[in-house]
Amino acid sequence: MVVGLVLAMFVFVLHEAWPSFAHNGLHWFGAGGNVDSQINAIYTSGDNATRAVYTFHAWALIWSTILIVGGAVMIALVCSLFVAVFIVEFAPDWMRAVLGPVVRLLAMVPSVVYGLIGVLVIVPFINNHLISEHAKASVTPIITLDGYSLLAAVVILAVMIAPLMIAIFVNGLRAVPRGWLEGSLALGVNPWRTVWKVGVRTARPALVAGTVLATARGVGEAVMLSMVSGSVGFAPNPADGLVFIYEPSRPIAATIIDNIDQLTSPPMRHTLYALGAVLLFSAAMLSFAGWAAKQPLRRYGVLA
Amino acid sequence: MTSTTQAVAAAPLPPAAPRRDESSASWRLTDRLGLAFAWFLGVLFCVITAAIVLYLFVQGIRYLRPSLLVTNPTAGYSESQTGGFFDPLLDTVVIAVMSMAIAVPVGIAIAVWLSEFGRPAVLARVVESTIEMLAGTPSILLALFGTLLFEAPWLGFLSRTSGDVVFGRSFFAAAAMLSLLALPLVVSSVREGLQAIPSHVREASYAVGKTKSTTTRRVLLPAARPSVLTGSMLGLGRVIGDTAIVVLLLGNTLTNDPSGSVPILSALRGTGSTLTSYVYYNAPTGDGDQPGKAYAAAFVLLLMVLALNVGVDVVGRRGGELRWNS
Repeated sequence: MVVGLVLAMFVFVLHEAWPSFAHNGLHWFGAGGNVDSQINAIYTSGDNATRAVYTFHAWALIWSTILIVGGAVMIALVCSLFVAVFIVEFAPDWMRAVLGPVVRLLAMVPSVVYGLIGVLVIVPFINNHLISEHAKASVTPIITLDGYSLLAAVVILAVMIAPLMIAIFVNGLRAVPRGWLEGSLALGVNPWRTVWKVGVRTARPALVAGTVLATARGVGEAVMLSMVSGSVGFAPNPADGLVFIYEPSRPIAATIIDNIDQLTSPPMRHTLYALGAVLLFSAAMLSFAGWAAKQPLRRYGVLA
Repeated sequence: MTSTTQAVAAAPLPPAAPRRDESSASWRLTDRLGLAFAWFLGVLFCVITAAIVLYLFVQGIRYLRPSLLVTNPTAGYSESQTGGFFDPLLDTVVIAVMSMAIAVPVGIAIAVWLSEFGRPAVLARVVESTIEMLAGTPSILLALFGTLLFEAPWLGFLSRTSGDVVFGRSFFAAAAMLSLLALPLVVSSVREGLQAIPSHVREASYAVGKTKSTTTRRVLLPAARPSVLTGSMLGLGRVIGDTAIVVLLLGNTLTNDPSGSVPILSALRGTGSTLTSYVYYNAPTGDGDQPGKAYAAAFVLLLMVLALNVGVDVVGRRGGELRWNS
């Protein structure tokens, strides 16, 4: 039954999304025009059924998703790896007793709470202290910088997905056979080197699995990102230099939730479901990648 | 069976013994720097968490008034006009109960079937990867799918209808989709619990003449109760914390807006909002823009999550091991 439901989800969403893809072809994924005005045109054209507008170029949204999720995953990956190694091998007992619940609590905090903190603390902080007037002036004709930025989104998303990674990394590192580590120690390699050269290397499948899961979570995160990313259909431009991390944008999932009131307009509906279909496809691919990465783990009799 | 014994053999690995007798003084500088960085990140993690919790506590205590808990939200332009969040609070509980009522039995059934029966093997494989896929599916997608599903005419009895058009947003719709969100967590936790039961327990039960289904019901499930509890609480945390599905499928109306005249059924067919959607609505980016109310609601939400977290901890302790897996 669950299988049927998931299959039904694929069929329904793709069916509903088809008109948008069909009208735009591969240009759907391309750049061109202003996404926000395209969305507006699509929405208003819903009233007259004969001349529905479908023109839509989602590149700004896709680019924003790639930037935010990529940045957050990279930060979170490095941090979680260190924290996981620390928890498994080096932390004193009291520290381990603290970190366990802390990680689980961070993983359980609702994303809307992260969003709220982001909007009321991080965003004003970035606006008041990090962005200089000069930086604001340099991009004025194109976009206003007000703190809702890539930076805020990346930082909060990294805090959100790091606990997921840590949990899986810790599991993977714990499953490394003790004897292998001890063998390395017996050769006179110091514990730090041992963990990195033997432990982390053996637990590589777990690292991939954790990263994939965290990426999936980040790609699908709608609420928090819609709150802090600025919700402007703008593609941050790395050519702007360092200012680029202060530029607002809006990822795919946030676009869906921002425009959800407009489901009543048929062309808009198809467009939103097309965005959903892209998310669904990436989630499916990520889940497949995670499954593939876990296969070597099973050989050790470890189910992560 | 072999996989079970393997898992059992692998389980009692001793936790890494801290090597206190050895100092890092003899290490290379890079290695010592690395260790220091690990310490730093570990502490930073605790500090971030403490900061989030403390900050919300301070703000929550500043803005939370007992009256907020018993009054309903109203539309308004200032903190004094917009009322409290009695309905969102109530709806959070209702939604949580409804979706766990779906997710827990289904999850246990699937987990038992997967780990104890699992025939035909092909189907078991497919179900397994589907559950994994479901765990990675963004909730916004489930919400979109739910909108499509519950707007179908033959499900119209579950939500508001006007003429032929089915509105498709109701407690039923939201709870059904939220239960899908909790399902993978319940399944994986219960499976883990069942697999940790040594096979001789099962064999002892068969030896006294119990059938397989009786063994499952009378022996295995009671033994796996801690993991059932853990799974449900983790699932519950997910359900309480989700916003996308609630915003889409619960209608996100300020107060409960029943549909029809049958007392309870009409309320469940109607729309409402939960604490998460209330926070979303009242954040500066939402339509309400009443940060004080948002803080108060977020504080209540955080308290719920904290309680759940403590619950998981207690159950995990009693189960005799610390669970890292969420």
